[in-house]
Amino acid sequence: MIEFRKEFFADERDDDLATIGQRVRRQDILGHVTGRSPFYDDHRFEGLLHIRCARSPHHHARIRRIDTAAAERMPGVVRVLTGRDVPRNLNTLLSLLDFGLDDEPILAETKVAYRGEPVAAVIAETEALARDAVAAVRVEYEELPHVLDPEEALKPGAPVVCDVYPTNRFIYHGKYDHQKLRYGDVEAAFARADHIVEGRYQMSPIEQAPIETCGAIAAPEVNDRYVCFTGTQGLFFSLGTAAKVLQMPSSRLHFVGGTVGGGFGGKVDSVHEPIAILGAMLTGRPCKFAWDREEEMQVGAPRGAERWYLKDAVARDGRILARKFTGYFDAGAYTRLSSYAVIKAVGHLPGPYTIPNVHADVHCVYTNRTPSTAMRGFGITGVDFAIECHMDKVAEAVGMNPVELRILNAYRDGDMKAHRREAKNCALVECCQVVAEKAGVTLSPEARAASSRTGGGGERARLPAFTRTDQDGRVEGFDTGSYARKTGSAPPPRSESTRHTTAAPQTTPSSQPRPAAPPPRAPQPPAPPLASGQRADAGGSMPPADAASPPAAPRRTGALRFSSLSGFRRR
Amino acid sequence: MALHRGRGFAAINYPIGMNLGGDPSQALVHSNPDGKFSVALSSIDLGQGMKSVTRQIAAETLGVPVEDVYVDTADSDTGPHCMGSFASRGTHRVGNAVIQAAQEARAVMLEAAAEELEVDAADLVTDGRGNIHVRGAPSRSITTMAACQAAQFRQGRTVSGRGIFLIPLSEVDPDTGEMTPVSCFAHAAMLVEVEVDDETGEVRILDMQSAYELGRALNPGLVEQQLVGGAWMGMSHAAWETTEPRYPDRSHGPVDFNSYLMPGPGDIAPHHISVLERPAPDGPFGGKGPGEMCANPVLPAVCNAVYDAVGVRIDELPVTPEKVLRGIRALGGARPRGRL
Repeated sequence: MIEFRKEFFADERDDDLATIGQRVRRQDILGHVTGRSPFYDDHRFEGLLHIRCARSPHHHARIRRIDTAAAERMPGVVRVLTGRDVPRNLNTLLSLLDFGLDDEPILAETKVAYRGEPVAAVIAETEALARDAVAAVRVEYEELPHVLDPEEALKPGAPVVCDVYPTNRFIYHGKYDHQKLRYGDVEAAFARADHIVEGRYQMSPIEQAPIETCGAIAAPEVNDRYVCFTGTQGLFFSLGTAAKVLQMPSSRLHFVGGTVGGGFGGKVDSVHEPIAILGAMLTGRPCKFAWDREEEMQVGAPRGAERWYLKDAVARDGRILARKFTGYFDAGAYTRLSSYAVIKAVGHLPGPYTIPNVHADVHCVYTNRTPSTAMRGFGITGVDFAIECHMDKVAEAVGMNPVELRILNAYRDGDMKAHRREAKNCALVECCQVVAEKAGVTLSPEARAASSRTGGGGERARLPAFTRTDQDGRVEGFDTGSYARKTGSAPPPRSESTRHTTAAPQTTPSSQPRPAAPPPRAPQPPAPPLASGQRADAGGSMPPADAASPPAAPRRTGALRFSSLSGFRRR
Repeated sequence: MALHRGRGFAAINYPIGMNLGGDPSQALVHSNPDGKFSVALSSIDLGQGMKSVTRQIAAETLGVPVEDVYVDTADSDTGPHCMGSFASRGTHRVGNAVIQAAQEARAVMLEAAAEELEVDAADLVTDGRGNIHVRGAPSRSITTMAACQAAQFRQGRTVSGRGIFLIPLSEVDPDTGEMTPVSCFAHAAMLVEVEVDDETGEVRILDMQSAYELGRALNPGLVEQQLVGGAWMGMSHAAWETTEPRYPDRSHGPVDFNSYLMPGPGDIAPHHISVLERPAPDGPFGGKGPGEMCANPVLPAVCNAVYDAVGVRIDELPVTPEKVLRGIRALGGARPRGRL
């Protein structure tokens, strides 16, 4: 049951648009309901080969030897790929944005760091034959000690999960082994609080569970190109990854997707595309690499587990004076998107409330489990679970109605947030009021009269007079001028990567991969196009309509890259 | 032994788009000689309605019927760059790019019409039904089809437009975390009612009352589907799903939908949704993005409701009968709170 409460914020909208706001039928609904919409797996190829991976049975082990001879002799097996066949066998998705170091092989060569990590890929005439041959791949492992709990992984002497990050922590800004948020002075607030409320929260790892599992089909196309049909959520992310891993100009790649059977974040950093294309390159035939449900659930990257510790200083009247967070994101064995999830979480703290003192230390930690990735609510769902369970405890500590506690502390237009930007376009108060009204929760007259548009700004817009900072977790040996590159390494080459017409074995990657074309950067935020029906004065910050055309970019030399969390760097 | 009812509340906000910006999306729009428009993207429709909402945005901006617009996505040979469909960025980022592209195409269409009608293009308006006419004089009109035909066959103009939307990358201060993390926020509040069996520890979710603020609801049907499905996912996260039920131990990991638990039809709670629309200053027609945040308030609201019902704090998800029962036993019996 749904209702649209048009009376709220009506003065900020014109509700007379022709198409916008209408229940227009989906463009693709006929194809979907008749089962005729072409998903990636509906593209049929004669002579299609199937790829299945041999996977590590261990949480952590050194690879002594991979013997594919028996598998290669089995009926229907066309080829078995190992890491030596991958032109650039070290990657991380966000390297395309120059964010973090390459840390993960496509096919493991020297060690495995989680149970299920792929060590070889069998290409066979049928999926069943590929499965049989996977069982015949012989790998000699030397088991290593493993660590599965993020806080255990940070203790001295813990096994090193990923050699690229030897302290089991991602390095932020080349400076700290965690991301900091410092706003005001939480310790001073704790000293004068009426109540201290503490809590520990554990968000569980969760599978995205799309109906269509991850996969791709690649085939040689005419004119020395490869076509790839894929279920990716980011067509150019996948294309850029393939170009990088295969050391191939992107002009030789033709990606087709766009109709996908659910994603929920699990199809952002897939490597099905480069593996399928590599198969097509080395066999000259179309190749499909698709996960079955077990792979989707156990080796497909889930929403990562998060552990949060919260501590609040609360005044007798329910106002939260300070909030302190310590967070651990369990990245699993490799970075994937967890480094970015931490940044997103930190930018979100302390939740939708105006709290004058906030402190956070948030760690991206490596453990010997399936790497984590994005999922619906990326970086936010886990910490919101922690914050809102914690708010319930705060309400109990001060003897207050939980809805009123939220309204009392809710952020309003014009308030300063802990990341030091003013809040605007707020609506938390109104959401609380509507739910209270519907559910029959009695609110005080003050809570009923509250508004996101009043009561903010002024004193609440002021930055703290004093912010306590520290150097805890300082690291050496990383170049602070870039994201996490080690001092002394040469800047990556800017030239086009060498074109490999055949995939020559290349066990040692070149100094740095050539990233895909960097996103262009306008010198200042372009104004969004002013849509009709939207009042320019409503938000207070709507730029004039003629600002919609992007200003001419000043001439720059050298590529501008998303090279650092500290900003763009010219190279 | 008894069944205990409890109510729990949670409120959240959610940042729209890739958190630090630096995530462009592009769109190309053009008309064929019949005045039918194609929008070329490389954005992904995951089932959320990407093709449909961009189609509406293009039709509204062009001023033509929605049937006259078709969205083609995603072919890397023909669709311009898009960062992808994630981070609740589709409607917001791609929608803005489509508006820019459609505005440029519309301007050409109106210039062509102006030349045919021998009037100033600035005096022309569209009626959204396939006609262009002089403002205040509906009889002095030309169809969008005739205008596009004239542009391409008489005037030698391409009725086309290009659009891109980019929020430049924000810096992050390593020492304080200062940053410009988002462009706009969606909001939600949720009250969940549960029933807890103090003999088995089982939790039934009986009812959900919510309010979601998500900017302008560009297509109320698509919004409803997101909110209904997303809240279901939230209750599933709260009390059913996980890939590692013994976390951090990796044993007993589910491998299929028999062992990966999710609520079935009999478990689904009625969900009473109210939608509030505060237009985002930088959103397409004020739209934000309801896709991700709709699940988030359900998780804590369920935990808070369990506490209200039996006095047990579940601070580790998911809420399983085992955890509830152990909690009740530690208390020496259910301790209903009845705070809400």
